[in-house]
This record gives sequence, C-alpha cells and structure tokens, in this order.
Amino acid sequence: MSRAALALSDVACLRGGRILFRGVNLTLDAGASALLTGPNGVGKSSLLRLCAGLLPAFSGTMERHGAVALADERLALDSELPLARALHFWARLDGSAENAVAAALEAMALTRLSDVPVRMLSTGQRKRAMLARVIASGAPIWLLDEPGNGLDSASLGLLGSAVSAHLAGGGIVVTASHQPLPLGAPVVLSLADHLPDPAEWDA
Amino acid sequence: MRMLWLLASRDLGTAWRSSGLWLPVAFLLLVASLYPFAVGPDLGLLRRTGGGMVWIAALLASLLPVDRLIAPDRDAGVLDQMALRGIGDEMVVLARLIAHWLGFGPPLMIATLPAAALLKLDGGTIWMLEAGLLIGTPALAALGLLVATLTAGLRSSGALAGLLALPLAVPLLIFGAGTLGDGSGAALKFLAAASLLLVAITPFAGGAAIRAGRE
Repeated sequence: MSRAALALSDVACLRGGRILFRGVNLTLDAGASALLTGPNGVGKSSLLRLCAGLLPAFSGTMERHGAVALADERLALDSELPLARALHFWARLDGSAENAVAAALEAMALTRLSDVPVRMLSTGQRKRAMLARVIASGAPIWLLDEPGNGLDSASLGLLGSAVSAHLAGGGIVVTASHQPLPLGAPVVLSLADHLPDPAEWDA
Repeated sequence: MRMLWLLASRDLGTAWRSSGLWLPVAFLLLVASLYPFAVGPDLGLLRRTGGGMVWIAALLASLLPVDRLIAPDRDAGVLDQMALRGIGDEMVVLARLIAHWLGFGPPLMIATLPAAALLKLDGGTIWMLEAGLLIGTPALAALGLLVATLTAGLRSSGALAGLLALPLAVPLLIFGAGTLGDGSGAALKFLAAASLLLVAITPFAGGAAIRAGRE
C-alpha cells in the first residue's frame, strides 16, 4: 500500500447557493489525524463529504492518495440482514481479508450481535456497527462524522483504541465532533475561522 | 464483472426479502381473475381482448416496485458508499437493472400462464404473449428503474413515477399488444427496438440522475 495522504488547499464549499466556508487548508500525511470543530451548520459534514469526493469543491483543490471510508449519519447496512452478513457485503466489495469483518466486530465489541438483524440494533449499537464497517473496509483514510454520538463511555474507549491502532498503522483520520474524543493529538481545524465575508454569501 | 455480480445479487436479495418479487405476480393474477367478472364470461370476447389485458397488467405491475428500487438505498447512504469505493453510478444502475428484471420478468412470464387460462387464451396467443413479454419486460424494468432514479429524492415519488412512466410506456404497450394480432412479426421487431433502446440508455441516464441528485 502506497502512503496515504490527504491535502486540501484553499478549498471553498458552495451549498444551496451560499458559500459555507472558504480558504480551508489541510495537509495530512500517513499517521496524522484532524479534528474539525465549529458550531452547527458551519460545514463540517460538507467538508467530510468533500474529502470523500462526494461533493465537488467550489474552488481550491482536494488531493487524496488511498481509499476512503466514510461514517456519516447514515448506516448504509441492509436492515433486514444479520449484522455480520450486512458487513460482509461491503467487505467483499472492498476485497477485504476473509477475517476483516470478524476482527472489526471484535474491535467494536459486537461479536455477540453478529446474528442480530441490523434493524434491531440500538442507537449506540448502530453507531458501533457503522464504525465496524469503516474498520472492515481496510481503507487508509477514515472520515468520521460525529463518531461519538450515542456511544457510552466503554464504547468511546473502543473508538479511541480503534483510531489509535489505525493511526499507528499509517492511516489518516479526519473527525468532526463536538464532544472531546480520545483521538491522540489531532490537527484542530476550526471552521468558524473560515466563514466567508457577508458580501460573498450570494456568490 | 465480479462487482456487477456482487451488486446484482445483493439487489436481488433485497427484493426477495422485502417480498417485492410476489407483488407483480399477484397483481397480474388478480387482474386476470377480475377481468372476466367485469366483462362477462363471453368466450370470444375474452379471447379477443385478454392478451391486451395481460399487457396492461404487466405494464402497471412494473410500476409497483418503483418506489423501492432506488430511494431506500439513497436515503440509507448505500449509493454514497458505493460512490466512495469508486463504483460508477452507471454500474450501480446496470446491476440494479439486471436484478430488477430477474425479479420481475421471469415471474411475470410464469404468472402469465395461469392468467392466460383464466382469460381463455388459445395456444398461439399464449406463445406470442410470452415471446412479447420476454422481449418487452426488460424495457418495462428499465423504464421503471429510470423513473425511480429520477424521482428518488422527491416526496410522493411513487405517484410521480407513475405519471412519468406511463406516457413513455405507450409505445411498448402498442407494440407489445400489437404482436398479438400481427402475423408479420413487425410489431415484435419494433418492440425489440424499443426495448434495446431503453435498456441501453437506462444505465447512463439513471447514473446521471443519481449523480445529479447527490448533494
């Protein structure tokens, strides 16, 4: 695997006819992590989608080396399937190793729930299932949108150790979060510092 | 190719678990059993009009699963997750087209046999009907899927999908039902042409619609 890298230079984001933020620079090399902060609606999720390549940058450039895994507010697991089988679908698409799903379930303490249909999972369990999907993907770049929402303190610990293991293995983690998370020493990017001038709003 | 198979088999499994596969079949049989009650048990009349009735039922049955084809996966983030992995939206739509046809065309063709018995169709008509459905159901599946991609993000998409699809389906109905009274085979060729066209453009048009709806 070549070294993962993620670089944003002078990125602006346009949504619904309004500029959300501009002039965002971020360079992450293998093993680095970033924490996006800012009040609601400032564009944290949009920035993550931009990093994922799902949203075009209005100006500036985004460069990425390595596959991405995104955990946003949507689970993207088949609700009728047992958890392990729902995760296997994505793992097969990703070409992950045979035991990747089992390892990811183990890392999120979900092994006991492997046979439970996804629709029966609680809020916190769904969040952990989503993180397991990210872990099982084997992608070097993780984009996590509010990964701590709905997690109890034990699960937050699991999240923290999964993230540090990923970073130690040369991965990149970009997180948007309000609450303090055990993420090591991330680069903190406050999007509130990148608001456009009011005159630019109607660009 | 392996990816196409993975995607299509997942889509087929989803349709199976939501018991969406039985809906068009049940609908066709229901129409076929209600029709003789409505027009009366006149053998000649049933035989003359029954084939056309099956075509109308097939067309309407193809619209039943439209709101489940794209919208739930779009809302659950599945389409975005596929895009993240570099899977083209065209590929996603193509896989879904294959799965949708497999779950819709052959069951409908099998259900046509008991329906034909209910409508007292003769052997020749049944053959033409099955041949026409074999050629025409891919087009019906493609049309339903295309409309599903176009309306996925909208409210009351089901009703809108019907309004969008029915005018576009008129040529299929004309050529499809036309095969029954046509000895020359021209209607069958026109049906095949319309079917080819729809199947060919659906992955591209549907992929573009999904991309445009991504925000």
